Amino acid sequence: MTKQIHTPLTDNIISELKAGDKVEISGVIYTARDQAHKRMVDSIKRGEPLPFDLKDQIVYYAGPSPAPPGRVIGSIGPTTSARMDPYTPTLLAHGLKGMIGKGPRSPAVKSALIKYNAVYLAATGGVAALLSTYVKKVELIAYPDLGPEAIYRLEVERFPVLIAIDAKGNDLYEENRQIYRQL
Amino acid sequence: MREIYASKIIEVVKDLCLRANTVLRPDVLDAIKANLALEVSPTGVEVMEQIIKNAKLAVSEQLPICQDTGYVTIFIELGRGVLLQGDLTGAINEGVRRAYTEGFLRKSIVVSPVFERENTGDNTPAFINVDIVPGDDIKITVMPKGGGTENASQLRMLPVSGGINAVRQFVLEAAEGAAKSCPPVIVGVGVGGSFDKVGFLAKKALLRPLPDSNPDPGIAKLEAELLVEINKLGIGPAGLGGRITALGVKIETMPTHIACLPAAVVFNCHAARQAEAII
Repeated sequence: MTKQIHTPLTDNIISELKAGDKVEISGVIYTARDQAHKRMVDSIKRGEPLPFDLKDQIVYYAGPSPAPPGRVIGSIGPTTSARMDPYTPTLLAHGLKGMIGKGPRSPAVKSALIKYNAVYLAATGGVAALLSTYVKKVELIAYPDLGPEAIYRLEVERFPVLIAIDAKGNDLYEENRQIYRQL
Repeated sequence: MREIYASKIIEVVKDLCLRANTVLRPDVLDAIKANLALEVSPTGVEVMEQIIKNAKLAVSEQLPICQDTGYVTIFIELGRGVLLQGDLTGAINEGVRRAYTEGFLRKSIVVSPVFERENTGDNTPAFINVDIVPGDDIKITVMPKGGGTENASQLRMLPVSGGINAVRQFVLEAAEGAAKSCPPVIVGVGVGGSFDKVGFLAKKALLRPLPDSNPDPGIAKLEAELLVEINKLGIGPAGLGGRITALGVKIETMPTHIACLPAAVVFNCHAARQAEAII
């Protein structure tokens, strides 16, 4: 069964989510990847305001291709999450509650998910044309000079993800790997 | 001598970049469909169904298969009988520039790898390999490839005493990292040559069609065995667990030094993009 969730991602919603759950997200999410993470964490260190309030929000590790005429956005699939590992605990400490990406996370990120009661969501990589159909509205909100790495505010409808790591630290990547490993 | 003008190369490279980014390699699409029945993980099956749906949608809507439209590797086979009118490198980069700026493809190249990482704005430069071959035409192969899969690549100078087992172990070890690179993957392996040649061999191996096996029976056997071994790792589609981690293993070899056993492993994601033309 697929669970429907609406952003913001509150503690109440998070308490219902377990690793392996299929979830569809509706509402607002924000894109941010490598350079946007670096800038946000630098801003936090300097005590400067962030481009958006992280509280109860979801970040999507994605850099879309440009929108052709007649479409709200180009192709938009997840990028490899592990590159954001060094920045993630800091953002979680400042209120971020969910990240959408692809691939496994570091032990430090897992501990931070438990500590700050947050979740890691997996979207399928490499099916970016398909995932673009769930994006209904796009607004560039920060770092336009970064091009595809800028921060976009997306309104999504029933965007499909899996709970990959829940707030108790259960990790679907590890668990399934053990189930299907034949060595 | 046959004259070929740079303007023709610009046009062909542009067309190939657009085509490669929107049309999934047909052999890859066929392999995904064929492997659906072999996948035992329900999540794995769903991921593969999404891949099939995505490939159809990309063609019908003329959208890139993957938002990471990659850096562009170009393989040129330049016939000895060709008289080039104009600058080959310049023409290739102009073709890439036009495809990426006019064709709504993502620009993913940064000028300085270490410092500002400022985007070049047009996805150039392309990474170009030129081979001089007999004949009087030019074969151009375009392979846009994403950064995520490229990061899983590995190169190692193996001990000669390790022989085939060292190669096998190294490939399996590298394949453990495939979870980060959008499996089911194609695994390209280079063995032999030198530090610089072996990476090129591995990348070139990715160009081979999936049903293909190496003409050397010993190497062909190693390809088949490694595919079975990799698909026992449990990584599965999207790395979320399952049987189908790789669709094929392609190995290319070349002579090497008496003291050396260089090996390189590179992955192509399931969003494998490739297009070629002969001028």
